[in-house]
Amino acid sequence: MLLVNDVDLYYGASQALRKVNLSAETGKVTCILGRNGVGKSSLARAITGRHPVRGGSITLNGLDISSMAPADRARAGIAYVPQGREIFSQLTVQENLYTGYAPLKRSQRHISPEIFDLFPVLKSMLKRRGGDLSGGQQQQLAIARALITKPRLLVLDEPTEGIQPSIIKDIHNVITILRQQGEMAIVLVEQYFDFARELADYYAVMDRGEVILSGRGDEMVEEDVRRHMTV
Amino acid sequence: MSAVVKSPGFHSSELQSMLYLNGVTKSFDGFKAINNLSLDIAPGELRAIIGPNGAGKSTMMDIITGKTRPDSGQVRFKDSIDLTQYDEADIANLGIGRKFQKPTVIETLTVWENVELALAGTRSVIRALWHKLSSEQGDRINEVIKLVGLKAKAADLAGSLSHGQKQWLEIGMLIVQGPELLLVDEPAAGMTDQETMETAALLKEINREHTIVVVEHDMDFIKALDSKVTVLHEGSVLAEGRLEVVSANPRVIEVYLGR
Repeated sequence: MLLVNDVDLYYGASQALRKVNLSAETGKVTCILGRNGVGKSSLARAITGRHPVRGGSITLNGLDISSMAPADRARAGIAYVPQGREIFSQLTVQENLYTGYAPLKRSQRHISPEIFDLFPVLKSMLKRRGGDLSGGQQQQLAIARALITKPRLLVLDEPTEGIQPSIIKDIHNVITILRQQGEMAIVLVEQYFDFARELADYYAVMDRGEVILSGRGDEMVEEDVRRHMTV
Repeated sequence: MSAVVKSPGFHSSELQSMLYLNGVTKSFDGFKAINNLSLDIAPGELRAIIGPNGAGKSTMMDIITGKTRPDSGQVRFKDSIDLTQYDEADIANLGIGRKFQKPTVIETLTVWENVELALAGTRSVIRALWHKLSSEQGDRINEVIKLVGLKAKAADLAGSLSHGQKQWLEIGMLIVQGPELLLVDEPAAGMTDQETMETAALLKEINREHTIVVVEHDMDFIKALDSKVTVLHEGSVLAEGRLEVVSANPRVIEVYLGR
């Protein structure tokens, strides 16, 4: 269970998050929606420790992680698939996957066959350089790398951005399977409304650095959410 | 239907376009960041540019200011000046000022000194070393500081200003150079609600004497600007017109929902 409580985040003097509250339960998908520039990625950066928060607290399964370094948060079970994927283009697919070992104890450093059940395409490409993969394959690689860390919280920042429809469907299926397994909380930042609506157990809509609308996915009123996502 | 109403106080009526882009294309590694983009900004206009991530807004600004060269297409300033022939410094000297998203004021100088430093003038080392401010220049600096609402802060260090005030100072630093066209990139990002509204009012005031193109995500700000809006998507113009018209456009809605 992730709890974000009254979080403020600044870039210099510029405030990007204003008293943001969010919870994400284990075994559920929590979607963060909103137009570009409203603070969705800043919230993902706050949760994963990529940017310090100036106020409020963040806890994961009762542990206060508010001021932990990103690497310590990874050890605490947070995995992050950043917008733009950020795979290592000069490393092979296999080496990219190995980078997910970093927060794990030596005894846990292996790639479970389940990774290739989820992403069969990666198995045939282990020796290829990451940079030679298509955008969709790179996205799958980034998610696989995150899963290798055995997370208790998976943060996905716009995994469908610029990805072809067939791979969006694959990613949809993977998220559904991970939810069913019930071992991690999933925070999904999205601007693709239909994708998010289908997956959302809970949702939060952001505007101008604040959460302005939230609730259960099955109670989402499309008109209300759409009003805040369009111009 | 979007006739541009010329602001009072604007005297370039013989000009057709302050800024004219026609069929501009720019690819990066085969990806068309700008795809056959055409845009026409009239003298005295205030234009807001919006669009989802990756729509090409930044690349468009880079092309206008000479930071990036287009693969093809025309980019013209004041009808006849071909901007693709000039570099960044030339374009700034031609009268196109660009305000980047992040303020870059010098925090250890006062508000007044920041504006003084930005004042248009000779940039040669010897001349600058022995430069003495004329009284007209001093008046101009005071005028600009008043315009951007920092009169009471003129003697304060820029580092002591709020985020919004720093943005206004930087806008003042551009204005004092007398640009004919002002490009403003996400001025409202990170501002409080009140600062956002004050910034919209400031740009409208500046628009009385300068043509302005502003890129912004903040819809409250765009509403307050009350200007013509251009929606970019995948490197070209998706819709153009009054905000209430473009926001009712089904294609615009689809794009913002990621469909």
